[in-house]
Amino acid sequence: MSKIHITTKVNGEEVEFLADPRDTLLDCLRDQLELTGTKEGCSTGDCGACSVTVDGTLVCSCLMLGVEAQDKQIETIEGMAEDGELHPLQRKFIEHAALQCGFCTPGILVAAKALLAKNPDPNETEVRYWLAGNLCRCTGYDKIIRAVMDAAAEMRGAA
Amino acid sequence: MKYHCPKTFADAAQIAADATGVIRYLAGGTDVLVQMRAGMVTPDDMIDLKHIPGVKEIVQNADGSWTIGVAVAGAELGAHAGFCADYPGIVEGLELVGSTQVQGRATLTGNLCNGSPAADSVPAMIAAGAVAHVVGPNGARDVAVADIPVGPGKTSLTKGELISAFTIPARGAQGGDAYLRFTPRTEMDIAVVGCAVNLTLDGDRVASARVAMGAVAPTVIVMDQAADAIIGTTLDPQALDTMATIVSGAVKPISDKRGTAEFRTDIAGVLAKRAAKIAYDRAKGTK
Repeated sequence: MSKIHITTKVNGEEVEFLADPRDTLLDCLRDQLELTGTKEGCSTGDCGACSVTVDGTLVCSCLMLGVEAQDKQIETIEGMAEDGELHPLQRKFIEHAALQCGFCTPGILVAAKALLAKNPDPNETEVRYWLAGNLCRCTGYDKIIRAVMDAAAEMRGAA
Repeated sequence: MKYHCPKTFADAAQIAADATGVIRYLAGGTDVLVQMRAGMVTPDDMIDLKHIPGVKEIVQNADGSWTIGVAVAGAELGAHAGFCADYPGIVEGLELVGSTQVQGRATLTGNLCNGSPAADSVPAMIAAGAVAHVVGPNGARDVAVADIPVGPGKTSLTKGELISAFTIPARGAQGGDAYLRFTPRTEMDIAVVGCAVNLTLDGDRVASARVAMGAVAPTVIVMDQAADAIIGTTLDPQALDTMATIVSGAVKPISDKRGTAEFRTDIAGVLAKRAAKIAYDRAKGTK
């Protein structure tokens, strides 16, 4: 089976890889580019652990083929901290202890960042609906929601 | 699996027509990739439609009708203020499919061609009188969206045929639509019953109406008699009750893990009444 050469941008950096047409973007990120921060949970688009943004749109990287990534702008959890400084969302997740095992956390952080880019001042219901596709089996969600709300407030300069 | 990126629908149709094995078209991929993962489908040829010009466009035509490209995702349709104002029922149907992540990719076309009787965006498309433009190896034809599904997972499209766009009629003055579904949860669930109503008014009276029900038969079904029960009325309680009785009498649901046939029969009438009221209020401009 011939592989396809893909050139794309991940976290602002141009990357290239050879994709088997059957590989998902998630497979390519983890196995070709060794960006293993994006997690494989269900592989059927239910759990959100593999969330990334593609051209600014939040998607499950398990529901997209790697070969579709040509000439896109992909953002993953690895691009979230800048110059060694944690993103406010990452800091607030630690402060609020909004994680236990941490497996769902990269996906939730990427999804929450996409929400705040679209809506800097979401109410709790909006946060809960936006994150409905990110499953966490440890925390019961409450601390996650509080961490997102708190990070949003800080980013607006309201905290 | 061979991955194709045709630049025209005619080329896409030709690739599909020439294929000897299993083919799948790829727009949002939110059903196809899941089926591949589950081993339900192993395509020999994957035909990605997103390199064809226009597939991501939402265009209002000179006559007020709308043309929606096959790769327009739920998040994109929901962000289009003009279309949302005209057909909020179609938008709320599509937006009920899956999570935020799924909304980033899932399309009206995929929801229709996946062939689920419970597809949330299909009843409102049918109620609106949407038309699918179909391209095949022998040319193009227009098919009412209502005539695309023929059974669970099955469509009337023949080998090599694919949908190239939808046209949704001009909204016109005093028109409104709505889609409601019943699910045990508020989000991330599959409809136990879905109902779309699209109507126009002449003053306070319903001038025209279409009622479409999902998840109560092998395909989404149109209920002309139910629509007739409210046409000419002001949607008074008696007219609504008559419509609900007709709807509940005409549905043919099965019992499954999501709900019993009896429950679905009852709920179908209730949802039809509620959806009709919302569509009426929207047509009035009061909602």
